[in-house]
Amino acid sequence: MFYREAGDFKLSYEADSQTFPIRFDRYRYYAVLAVAFGIIPFVINDYWANAILLPFLIYSIAAIGLNILVGYCGQVSLGTGGFMAVGAYACYKLMTAFPEVSMFIHVVLAGGITGLVCILFGLPSLRIKGFYLAVATLAAQFFLVWLFNRVPWFYNYSASGQINAPERDTFGILITGPNAQAWATYLFCLIFLTGCAVIARNLTRGTQGRKWMAIRDMDIAAEIIGVNPLKAKLSAFGVSGFFIGVSGALFFSVYLGAVEVGEAFGINKSFLVLFMIIIGGLGSIFGSFAGAAFLVLLPVVLKVVGVDVLGWPTDIVAHFQLVIVGALIVTFLILEPHGLAQLWRVAKEKLRLWPFPH
Amino acid sequence: MSDQLIFAMEVTLNGLMAGVLYALVALGFVLIYKASGIFNYAQGVMALFAAMTLVGIMQGQVPFAHLINAMFGTHVHHFGWNVPALFAILMTVVVMVGFAWAVQVIVMRHLVGQEPIILFMATIGLAYFLEGVADLMWGSEIKTLDVGLPQGINIWIDETTFGIFGYGFFIDNLDIVATVIAALLVAGLVLFSQYTKQGRAMRAVADDHQAALSVGISLNFIWVLVWSVAGFVALVAGIMWGTKSGVQFSLSLIALKALPVLMLGGFTSIPGAIVGGLIIGVGEKLFEFLIGPLVGGATENWFAYVLALLFLVFRPQGLFGEKIIERV
Repeated sequence: MFYREAGDFKLSYEADSQTFPIRFDRYRYYAVLAVAFGIIPFVINDYWANAILLPFLIYSIAAIGLNILVGYCGQVSLGTGGFMAVGAYACYKLMTAFPEVSMFIHVVLAGGITGLVCILFGLPSLRIKGFYLAVATLAAQFFLVWLFNRVPWFYNYSASGQINAPERDTFGILITGPNAQAWATYLFCLIFLTGCAVIARNLTRGTQGRKWMAIRDMDIAAEIIGVNPLKAKLSAFGVSGFFIGVSGALFFSVYLGAVEVGEAFGINKSFLVLFMIIIGGLGSIFGSFAGAAFLVLLPVVLKVVGVDVLGWPTDIVAHFQLVIVGALIVTFLILEPHGLAQLWRVAKEKLRLWPFPH
Repeated sequence: MSDQLIFAMEVTLNGLMAGVLYALVALGFVLIYKASGIFNYAQGVMALFAAMTLVGIMQGQVPFAHLINAMFGTHVHHFGWNVPALFAILMTVVVMVGFAWAVQVIVMRHLVGQEPIILFMATIGLAYFLEGVADLMWGSEIKTLDVGLPQGINIWIDETTFGIFGYGFFIDNLDIVATVIAALLVAGLVLFSQYTKQGRAMRAVADDHQAALSVGISLNFIWVLVWSVAGFVALVAGIMWGTKSGVQFSLSLIALKALPVLMLGGFTSIPGAIVGGLIIGVGEKLFEFLIGPLVGGATENWFAYVLALLFLVFRPQGLFGEKIIERV
């Protein structure tokens, strides 16, 4: 009824090439933005922010970043945890070195630094590919975590080896530390997520995204038609690293506040983000959101059902969570290798023909 | 001879022994990869699962006892008997074969023809699943595994080296047993794949799926067979590592250690797995011994990966791997 392009005439090239060409999609997008920016900050409380919203926002950024690398450019990375740690430690060093500078700048700079580190560890991708590369990125994961654990300069010689986020603000509003308000931290992360999503969406629609996809589909063929694999692969690593670094910085400074690197940014974090984009959908921005939401909500739902409703011990529920996540991954790969995003796409196709399918 | 040099020799020997254990895990990977092109990330968890099942059967634990108790309010824990080690090992082999069959029928058969990276991710999912099942089945606490393998310092080596260098080397008996078993295992696998009908069929499948099908080899059967053999190798590795450091979650992380071994040796070569394991074992022990103190120690966590990474840049197919040829 509403969801179709019929009658939606485009009068300029700009209108024709916009992100959401279907009117209904566009309004839905504005509606989501309006709810996220206009309503949620006023009704948010600490539990919702810390249990669901902040992890969702932050993991979404990481998932978008990894999706650019894995889903669009086809370079499988298992080093996400390590790169998030780079973002977190870069942010920490900047926060303690320049206390008077706004948090916005710190987070963006931390992302930039992570992008550079990511490019460095992406260099082998020019020689090796597939899961050889996936294993090579494990080197980044283990080396970076070890580095932040062992070199005291990174954690400012603190006795515990942990890093703690000091109280910092932006435009006079407290963002980090225990006294930060839920709405402020939420909005801060939301702004970054919105920015990242818009950048990612437009990058992947444009020349750069097409180059990445050409590399993903077949790198030799892409090289023959004139895509420079060096630039394409390293730019994917750089952009992906930037997003992952931003999410790592937010994860540390805004969400957790105190971080022990092996625990917060271990290999499990890499797999978690990878699972998000597999379940959500490789090569889809919407899929990154869907996957992040799914894997953030799943433990919460399982805990509510298992512990609160059924009254099982928490360790059994934790084991069940492993079983369910594992089974879901396998099921998704068998039934729908393109993830939740593909289900969404199919649903939209059906909606366009409704109520008269041929 | 200087002390430093003697220490280095001891470290090298210990590294060789550790390398054998890495190679044991890596073998399981190579077997599955050669026959089906699947890079089986779950190999480490399979070793954990096999070791936990072995302990559980030996001690007569009731499977899923914790879960049953939580669901029905009962208090079952043990059947109240102890199973002899050899019999328990046989039963565990049966369990692993059953697992191999289930993996083939439920998962891998539906993924035939998918890209390798999809298969790889499927095995990551499988690893999570199996880990959860293992914990639910046998409980997640650390268990000790004792199937009667000798342990502790080898007195003979200690005394002999003391006689020669004036310093006794510390070599664990268990490591020596592991080396012998690994050698036997490799010899057995080579004999199996060279001289038996099933072994030859396995190699045929590894060479070319379609050609193997056309001469009447059942792919399904071969894949179940391969996963079973990999399960058996996992059991051996699980027994060795479990006896050495207890049966616990960290056992599954040896899979991650086996990855650089494979990259060095090449994914498709059984000798490569052995040589790669030895290089990594010696390399990381020596590096930790010589360079480790200068940079804060615990370099074992990443040395193997960085070594493999640097190596791959110059020889992407590994030491013994088949040359990678790509066409558009």
